Parts: sequence; structure tokens; C-alpha cells
Amino acid sequence: MKIAVLSGKGGTGKTLVSVNLAAAASESIYIDCDVEEPNGHLFFKPDDIVLEQIMVKVPVVDENKCNGCRTCSDFCKFNALAYINNKLIVFDEICHSCGGCVLFCPKGALSEKTKRIGQVEYGTSKNVTVITGRLNTGEASGIPIIKKLLHYVKNKNTITFIDSPPGSACSVMESVKDVDYCILVAEPTLFGVHNLTMVYDLVKLFHKPYGVVLNKCLEEENPAEKFCREKNIKILGKIPFDHELGMMNSNALIAVRNSKPYKVLFASLLQTVIGEVQHETIVNP
Amino acid sequence: MKLAMPVNDKSIEASISDTFGRTSYFLIYDTETQKSVFVDNSAANSQGGAGIKAAQIVVDHKAEALLTPQCGENAAKVLRPGNIKIYKTQYVSIKDNIAAFNKGELSLIEQIHSGFHAGHGEK
Amino acid sequence: MKQLLILSGKGGTGKTTLAGAFIKLAKAKAYADCDVDAPNLHLVMQQSGNPKQTDFYGLPKAVINSDQCTHCDLCRKNCRFNAISRVNNIYKVDVYSCEGCGVCEVLCPENAIVLKSVAAGKLMLYEDEAVFSTAQLKMGSGTSGLLVTEVKKQMNSAAPDIGFAVIDGSPGIGCPVIASLSGVDMVLIVAEPSVSGISDMERIVKTAQQFQTKIAVCINKYDTNLVNTGKIEEFCKKMNLPFVGKIPFDAEVVKAINKMLSIIDVDCISGRAAREVFSEVHKILFDES
Repeated sequence: MKIAVLSGKGGTGKTLVSVNLAAAASESIYIDCDVEEPNGHLFFKPDDIVLEQIMVKVPVVDENKCNGCRTCSDFCKFNALAYINNKLIVFDEICHSCGGCVLFCPKGALSEKTKRIGQVEYGTSKNVTVITGRLNTGEASGIPIIKKLLHYVKNKNTITFIDSPPGSACSVMESVKDVDYCILVAEPTLFGVHNLTMVYDLVKLFHKPYGVVLNKCLEEENPAEKFCREKNIKILGKIPFDHELGMMNSNALIAVRNSKPYKVLFASLLQTVIGEVQHETIVNP
Repeated sequence: MKLAMPVNDKSIEASISDTFGRTSYFLIYDTETQKSVFVDNSAANSQGGAGIKAAQIVVDHKAEALLTPQCGENAAKVLRPGNIKIYKTQYVSIKDNIAAFNKGELSLIEQIHSGFHAGHGEK
Repeated sequence: MKQLLILSGKGGTGKTTLAGAFIKLAKAKAYADCDVDAPNLHLVMQQSGNPKQTDFYGLPKAVINSDQCTHCDLCRKNCRFNAISRVNNIYKVDVYSCEGCGVCEVLCPENAIVLKSVAAGKLMLYEDEAVFSTAQLKMGSGTSGLLVTEVKKQMNSAAPDIGFAVIDGSPGIGCPVIASLSGVDMVLIVAEPSVSGISDMERIVKTAQQFQTKIAVCINKYDTNLVNTGKIEEFCKKMNLPFVGKIPFDAEVVKAINKMLSIIDVDCISGRAAREVFSEVHKILFDES
């Protein structure tokens, strides 16, 4: 069972929900796909870390064979190649690794070398296998890392929670491609609703079953709740706006492991989510 | 010698552009003949690496110096092997900058800023 | 015109709320929302009226003409992004996976593949009492650095050359953030006193320092964790970064946002603290000692 946790904007509680649901399950996998700013590991503090470097291919030129025809730099859509003073310069950080220049060089002067763009960290924290993706600052795209992260759980049966990047850009799409269910986290402000609509559109586009968790709920009327009722969106649960929870969060403590009431709340939310996923499997096999 | 400048319009009366990589046009000005040639900047709509492509245009037009308000790391990497000197513009008007250059009043750019996709090394 | 950029690293720290307050305090004649993935500033500024809208085209994507396709499979075999699928011998490009590299277009022996421009978002420009430039990136689009650059360019061409422009930046440390940094006079980093907030703040400081602009740090919701607030102040001292103030957590903020008001429009503790932060920022931006 693979469940992605998404939100339209940052700071709504994606990590709070995905970390605590993973901790509440008897055995689970937690994957941090927010490779630009992974935060889940700060809560889990995993042990027995194994690192895997993530590499992409970038072109390298054999100057003896290069005759300056500029077929490669004219072809490159990303401007990663320049030809100055009879020398070809390659801009590694801009290269998207499409392989085109190597394919099309009439003199066979280009070959490929590997370049490190980031890493994946595998570790454990009690009942949770914690997998964190990390993109090096300045690199063009985290998608190769996200692909690697998801490849790891492809054939695993353990319940998996995927902490998606915020927003609805291509990296988010990559993280939800093969999941069984999407939890959308929303905060009770106009900003929250505005951004909820974006991820709502995304999950519908991918035909993924989904439900909403309302976070930071106060007693007043909640625009996000109103939106869900209007659109007939299943509300999976509500997390109250609570000073104690905020405090634990700011100290990177996992609520489920440090507070009895929250252990109960997230265990109940977990059961609701599992129920929804199983229901979907029966209704839409 | 030929000077290159990022400019906002195809006229010698126009102003210097705020940006190098994504300027709409380049002016290639010959200090000896005082002739101006305006070139469209095909890098302007690039998703990324605009500075690289823009610098390639400057090099291909055989400019020996570039007058610009700022210059990024990626563009500098292209301009340096081309031995193109990079000067910081002091005025908004093209004409004022050319005059200042001719009098030797413009100084070389000290600080090259990082590119949009510069690799800063791992965390 | 002096440009102030507000960044945070992590999302949800209060960037947009604070940007809205500053715009009102400065009576800014120009402002921009560079968070093109999830723009929110217009909600605080109660922007109504009809903006000038321009389509934004990102990288063109490959389109296969099935009438000309002879199923040689060269395109699919050579696509590094697995963007081409073959179902019942019909070849299709997944527009979300396609990176517009153009390899398939060149390889196709039948010229059946063409790269076509795709509308990747919309730029919006409001011009009444002030110039407000914003944009919305369409779902699934790639790197938004180019759109951020367009938002700033749009603001700069329409704005007067005087006073103060406030730019609401995007979260993270990637390309859109770097695009927003170029050409600004000062960066205000809004930090949150949590372990993840501190971690992200340190990353954003490192990124911003590459640009040699003035940098200042403030803390929002500081009283939610006084220990972490202390750590951030220590960090600023160590790095020689001006610390321009701290804003308390305030339940009135949510109420104000939901009424589409800025925290300056109502009388509340966060609004008062924001005024003090603004006054410090103003001093640094305009070099007043």
C-alpha cells in the first residue's frame, strides 16, 4: 500500500502527517521526496545509515576529435555547451543528460562521464524504514533522485508513506505516479484553500483516490473545511491547532512517540486511511 | 575595437538593459568606425543557461570588451577564455557608457555572481 | 527603486503575510509575487480588477504525428526520460515527463516528431495605484526560474523608478529562488524557530550570500520555541548577519488572512512587531545608521 501526502504550499503539515502516520503503523516505510529540503529525517533521526550516490551522465569532449562544427551546441536546448577559442566548454550543472550531443556529434568526439547530483540515505528508526532523498544545491532537477526513491519500494508490501515536495510541479507528479492513495493536507486559511485546489486538480488528473486531512484547526469556520464539503471531498480527519503539538514539532519530536493523545489520534487516522485504500481496491480494482 | 552591450532597444539612443543573459538585444559597437550593429538575443527565452548562450553571441560577434551592469558565473566562464574584458556600466544611456569607456573611466567588474544553475557543491 | 526580497527557505513561515504588511507600511508602488507555484500575495492585497494577462510558454514538448509514424521505436529507445510510450503500436509522448530535449525530433526518420510550445502558465500585471506583478505556473510544469524572471521583468518595466518594491519570494533554495535573487538590493529572511526551520534557514543564507546583497534575518512566531529562537539569534551573531526583530505567534493572523486583510490593517501584536521589523529593514535598505 503506497500513500502519498501532498499539500499545495509548504508549512501545512505534510511532514507532520506522513511522519506520524508512518510511526503509528506497526511496520512502515517513510520516503522523503522533498529532495530540495528533506525534513523527515530530522524527526526520525534514523540509525544504520547507508548512503547511495545518485549519478547522471554529462558529456565530455575529446579535443583531438573535435573540429568545432558546433552541431552539439546548436542542438542543445539547455545551453549547456559553448564553443570558445577552439574549445568546447561543457556546463555540467545545466546539462539535462538527454544524450543528444553525444548521439549527434559527427566526429564521435563526445562521450559521457557520470556526475553526482545528490544521494539517497537509507536508515531505520524503530518500526520505520526511513529513506531520504537529497539534491545538491544548484542542481537542475531532483527527478532522478525521486525515481530512485520510488524504485526502492516498487515491489515492497509494507505500508509506505511518501512525503511529497510542496506545490504541483513535475517533481510532485513524479512522486505520486504509482501510489494507491493521496492524502491532501490543508490549513484553515484562504491561502490553504487556494493551494489545496491545485493539488486537488493534480490528483484528479492522475485519477488517484484522495482524501483531505485538515490541520491546525481552530474553532472558527474553516474555509478549507467549507471547500471540502462543497466539493464533496472526504475529510479523513482533523488535527487541532495545539500549542503542545507545535512545540513538539518545533523540537523535531514525533508526536506519536511522545504523546498519548496524539498516538491515539494518528492511530485512528491511520485506520481511516487504510479503510479508504482497501475500499478503493474493492471498488476500483 | 568592438564593444558589446546588452540594450533595451535597437537604437543608439536607447538604455542599457538590467540583465545580460536575458536582454532583448545586444549592441555591437565599433569604436573605430563608430558603426552600430544590433543583434537579437536568442538566449532571452531560454529556460536556463541564458548567460551561456548570450555570451556565445558576444564571442561570435568578435567583441573584445563587454559593457554590462552585472555578469553571472556561467557567462563569465564563456567570456574569459575568449579574452573578453568585462566592464561595469555606470550610466543608463548607451552613449554615456561609450563615452566613459573611451575616456578610460569604466572599471572592470569585480564580483561575478553565481548562475541560476551554478553547482555550489554538496551540502 | 530599491528592491526588497523576502525569502524563507521553508514554506509556511509567514513570508507572504509579512510581505503584505511591508507593502502597506512602505506604501510600495510596486510589488511582485515570485512564488509562481503557489502565489498567495493577491489574497492579502485584495487584488481585484482585471490584470493584463500574458501566456507564458515553457520549454516546448515533443508531439508525435501518428499518421507519419512507422513504429521504428528509435524515439522510445533513445528517450532518457522515459517520456515515450507505445500502446497498441501507437506512440505517445507524456507531456509531464518530456523535458523538451529534442533528441526524438532529430532521430525520427519520418520527421513525425515536432517540438511544440506549450502554455506553461500565465503572467498577470495589475496596474492601478501600484504595480503588482504575479504569475501562476500551470500544474506539472518544470523549473519556474524563467517565469520568476518574467515576473520581475514585468514589474520593473511597469513600475516607476522611485521608492520601494517588495518581492514575495518562493520557498526552497532552487532555481526559482536564485532567479528572484538577481538584481535585488536586500534580502530579508523569515525564519521559523523549529529544527526544520533552522535547517532551511541556514541553507537559504548560504545561497543568498553568493549574491552579495544585504541580508537580514527576522523570526516569526518566535515565542513558539524560545530555545530555538535563541539559537537563530546566536547564528546571526556568528555569521555577522543583522537580526532585525522577532514577531510573536498571533491567533489574530489567521482571522486577518481569512478576511483578506493584512496584519497592519487590524490592531494586533504581530502587526505591531512587524512595524518594528519594517523600520529596521528600512534603515538597512536605505543605509541610514
